[in-house]
Amino acid sequence: MSASTVVAARIDSPLAEFWRRFRRKHVALAAGFVLLLIILAAIAAPLIAPYDPSTPDYDNVLSPPTLAHLFGTDSYGRDILSRVIWGGRISLSVGFISVIVGGVVGVALGLLSGFFGGWVDSLIMRGADVLFAFPGLLLALAVVAVLGPGISNVIWATAVFGVPAFARLVRGDTLALKQAVYVQAARSIGVSRLKLVSVHILPGTMPGVIVNASLRLGNNILTAASLSFLGLGAQPPSPEWGAMLADGRSYLGVADWLTLFPGLAIFVVVLAFNVLGDGLRDALSQKLR
Amino acid sequence: MLGYFLRRLAGTIPVLIAVSILVFGFVRLLPGDPARLVAGPDASEADVQAVRQDLGLDRPIYWQYAHYVGEIFQGNLGRSSRTRLPVSYEIGQRFMPTLWLTLAAMGWAILAGMGIGVLSGVRRGRWEDQGGMVVAVSGLSFPPFWLGLLLIDLFSVRLGWFPTGGYESPASIVLPSFTLGLAVAAVLARFTRSAFVEVASEDYVRTARAKGLPERRVIWTHTLRNALIPVITMTGLQFGFLLGGAVVVETVFAWPGLGRLLVDSISYRDYPVIQAEILLFSLEFILINLAVDLLYAVVNPEIRLR
Repeated sequence: MSASTVVAARIDSPLAEFWRRFRRKHVALAAGFVLLLIILAAIAAPLIAPYDPSTPDYDNVLSPPTLAHLFGTDSYGRDILSRVIWGGRISLSVGFISVIVGGVVGVALGLLSGFFGGWVDSLIMRGADVLFAFPGLLLALAVVAVLGPGISNVIWATAVFGVPAFARLVRGDTLALKQAVYVQAARSIGVSRLKLVSVHILPGTMPGVIVNASLRLGNNILTAASLSFLGLGAQPPSPEWGAMLADGRSYLGVADWLTLFPGLAIFVVVLAFNVLGDGLRDALSQKLR
Repeated sequence: MLGYFLRRLAGTIPVLIAVSILVFGFVRLLPGDPARLVAGPDASEADVQAVRQDLGLDRPIYWQYAHYVGEIFQGNLGRSSRTRLPVSYEIGQRFMPTLWLTLAAMGWAILAGMGIGVLSGVRRGRWEDQGGMVVAVSGLSFPPFWLGLLLIDLFSVRLGWFPTGGYESPASIVLPSFTLGLAVAAVLARFTRSAFVEVASEDYVRTARAKGLPERRVIWTHTLRNALIPVITMTGLQFGFLLGGAVVVETVFAWPGLGRLLVDSISYRDYPVIQAEILLFSLEFILINLAVDLLYAVVNPEIRLR
């Protein structure tokens, strides 16, 4: 090995170094690949779904899985495979939107809290304590009770309980980064506070935020599906996975494919996000240490 | 210790006040007339007016809040707008089933979760560890309502071993408590393993091994005892999770507990019951957190000196 390659390896960017570590986590990579496929399938739903998800076919009611209907049909003769593919759009959008909304608000509050300290910090952290005083799903139920059932309210409900977790996490990182030499140096040459926070501190909080976001995505998708299953989220005839399970409940032992495939879909997506989050955490925490 | 106890107790008071204000304000956030909401959709205009005066809704807001808190301290939570029965009676009826379900779920989850966690920690990197962690991450990702339906399908509909739901025989609790405990067992297994692995790399564990202690003593006395301290905290926090999870599991298994009452109340817009349940759940959660913190301080003196 020549000397130049050693030097090149040493000045790898943090991103390249992260990739080098993450690449070895085969299970997490596989989870990421599965998620990519599911996301692509959800985007391409109109192209790849074999049938329309909401058109009934009364000649083909409760058909078990066949070549024409790989996942079978439901009590209206609707194709379950097509409904599962379309349902992915709902579950994934609910997950991504709620995590992004909760993440942006939580990160902003955490930065404010950690950077300014004092009464701003006390106020925000006491607020987080109050939100933490409600167990997760319960907080979501309370929000839905106020706003009324429906999928868009479920997004708000799941976004709300992400806020305190992101805020606490980012506050901790901000407190540590504020003391870092490069931040102190930037401050001493008169960099504005806005630039200090946005350019020098915010990027440093991202590893933790990304890991938390991945784990929370799975969690929020599960919560949203739970609310829909309880009849408080997406309403029938929407092909949301939780709502499909609630729908298929009455056919338990008669037509199990009605609950099997939507349940499996939720499980696979949530599992993939959890495994991906674990892998990201392991790859990033080695780097932080 | 007493000083820490008092400080920690005082710390919960602002949270309690904020939670009570939120729960109090909850009905006022709703669109429409709160008196109409409490009286129910079928009440006559005279009834609504009576409710308004009865609840003091014509008085200033701070008076209403003080009144609300005063009533709670006297155990008066209002009446259900669905059944017309006192809310305290409705909740009292549902309390024990949820308590039993939660305790049964917690019991097996602690045994299985810690067992798998310790096994994985001891056999780190081998097949027992990998198998245990695959089971744990799967348990964490399993939708509880789907698990419930699968269990009913297999053990009730096909095999007929357990009832599909209800609260009649001791066998009724088996499937719901398994469903409710699975995610907690998974969390505890992961947490126990990482606590165990962390302690296992401490200097005093290496010393114990270096001075020739048998491996069994190194694991049980030196590693496990210290690793279990954070696990106790985590276990306490999982109770709060169970309260939320009970909502879903009770619905699947027709279990007559607080969770199902909450879902029914939301569907019927029975606001007095919703309000009381949210207050009760968050109160329980705050008290559990407090108890966990105190227990932790008893076990670990470092905390109370801070």
